[in-house]
Amino acid sequence: MDLTSEEKDMLCGEFGPGIATAMKVLVAIGEAFGAEKMVEISRAHVALSNQEADLWFVEKVVGGGAVCRVSPTVNPGFNLEYFQNVNVVNPEDAAVLKRTRSAYKAIGATLTYNCTPYLEKNIPRYGEITAYSESSATPYINSVYGARTNRESAQSALCAAVTGRTPLYGFLLDENRGGTVLVEVKAELKNDFDYQLLGYCVPKKTGPGVPVFTGMPSVISPESLMNLGAQLNTAGAVSLYHIVGVTPEAPTLEAAFHGEKPLRSVVVNDQDLKEIHDAISARGGKIDFVMFGCPHFTITQVGEIVRLLDGRNFSVEFWVLTSSLTRELARRMGYLEIIEDAGGHIVDDTCIDQPCWRHLYGKKGVTDSPKCAYYTRRRNMEFAIRSLPDCVEAAVRGKA
Amino acid sequence: MMTLKDKIAFNCHRIAGGRAGGEALFSSDDICFYLVEPATGVVIEKDHALEGRSIAGKVLIFPSGKGSSVVQADGLYQLARQGKGPAAMIIQHPDTVLVASAIIMEVPLVDKADGLFYKLVNDGDYIDIDADEGRIVLEANPKIKADQKI
Repeated sequence: MDLTSEEKDMLCGEFGPGIATAMKVLVAIGEAFGAEKMVEISRAHVALSNQEADLWFVEKVVGGGAVCRVSPTVNPGFNLEYFQNVNVVNPEDAAVLKRTRSAYKAIGATLTYNCTPYLEKNIPRYGEITAYSESSATPYINSVYGARTNRESAQSALCAAVTGRTPLYGFLLDENRGGTVLVEVKAELKNDFDYQLLGYCVPKKTGPGVPVFTGMPSVISPESLMNLGAQLNTAGAVSLYHIVGVTPEAPTLEAAFHGEKPLRSVVVNDQDLKEIHDAISARGGKIDFVMFGCPHFTITQVGEIVRLLDGRNFSVEFWVLTSSLTRELARRMGYLEIIEDAGGHIVDDTCIDQPCWRHLYGKKGVTDSPKCAYYTRRRNMEFAIRSLPDCVEAAVRGKA
Repeated sequence: MMTLKDKIAFNCHRIAGGRAGGEALFSSDDICFYLVEPATGVVIEKDHALEGRSIAGKVLIFPSGKGSSVVQADGLYQLARQGKGPAAMIIQHPDTVLVASAIIMEVPLVDKADGLFYKLVNDGDYIDIDADEGRIVLEANPKIKADQKI
């Protein structure tokens, strides 16, 4: 790769071993993808995971004296103080979380602990070169905003934040942003939940590529787009898509495909959505808890819970995971009090894939998110997957 | 019918450097290393092509990585700590998450293997990869009958 003299100095350790490690990783990625040079980034998001590899790497880089040139927003671990009040937190889990917090603070991250930075705090402009990790974030900023990022890992995004650079390849280049597979949507998309199912079923049907959707509604809520991207990038590795007439790089079908022909075309109908729903959801019946917020819920979704609850109480454990801003809005708007009075929780800074949920291992829950159900297989949690209104009914009745 | 009698070398392209060898294990599905049990190396993802099979010490051949931006590194790290990680990986469609994870975890990773490699390889064959040299050496497992070959 053709590096500037400053980048060479970073690589050689002139700026300390932490920066050198980060630059070494970026050069290796650049060489793997045939990048000719580095480019500067102006934003980053690091999908902190509060797990061993994440902690090992950030401690290695910050221990080598690195501080971020571009302060990244970060993903949630869990809200230690909240869980210490409602449950017993395993001392080892608490120790790892404290080390994670302290390492990211020392490296100069912006401690948002939120997985939807693209809806608050870290919103890029059209065409901006960035480095975002987190599966719902990369498709949103690439596709909905037309900003540019590759499908970064937490570690490659951290390297980019530390050095202020990323290799120039992939989705950062015009020629790779065109659509490659056509997805004709004949299914009726009635609510935000149908976008979860659409996102989850598309990668299996299309194989790898940049999907271009036609037949979609012209008005699509941020929540639907959040769900679509999260599931596309969970069921497959889709970090860029276009919706003709909706997203900025797809004013027309021709523009979406950069004038080329699609490599493949698929049709998605109501039956496809039903089949994927049946395939990924556990059977209904008695449940032990309800989990919302993978990705973190928006204030609109919290408001919908309150409206559907309509003064009733929950009969099982009920959790909404969200950002600290949304929780504060919920408090101001009276939603927090209503949900807490009904027996539920709204907790910020927390992800479903964390050890604070040990009391739910081996239990059965209901969620509106296929992504939530997918990753928690490691934690022996079983999920029926339902629409938001059905989840709220399940929470009241104790069965899905 | 093609059969493999001797060692054959194929060209490939280095993504993460290093040299390693092991038995071939082919997956038609993309792999998320977070859904592999760290203590055993067994794939636990429901309906996955490798569900119930161990990847420990294998040279894994699969189309691409998949899954969230943190889970590949976390999954590979935990597998490596238990000595149950893959020896090396041969893929077709590199994505940044898997690439960065393999580089950081120092698991040899290559792509662009010659088309003939995919026609000849069977589960259980022995593969030696020198990622830095861009070379895959394939040696047939004599226990696999010729009539099972492609």
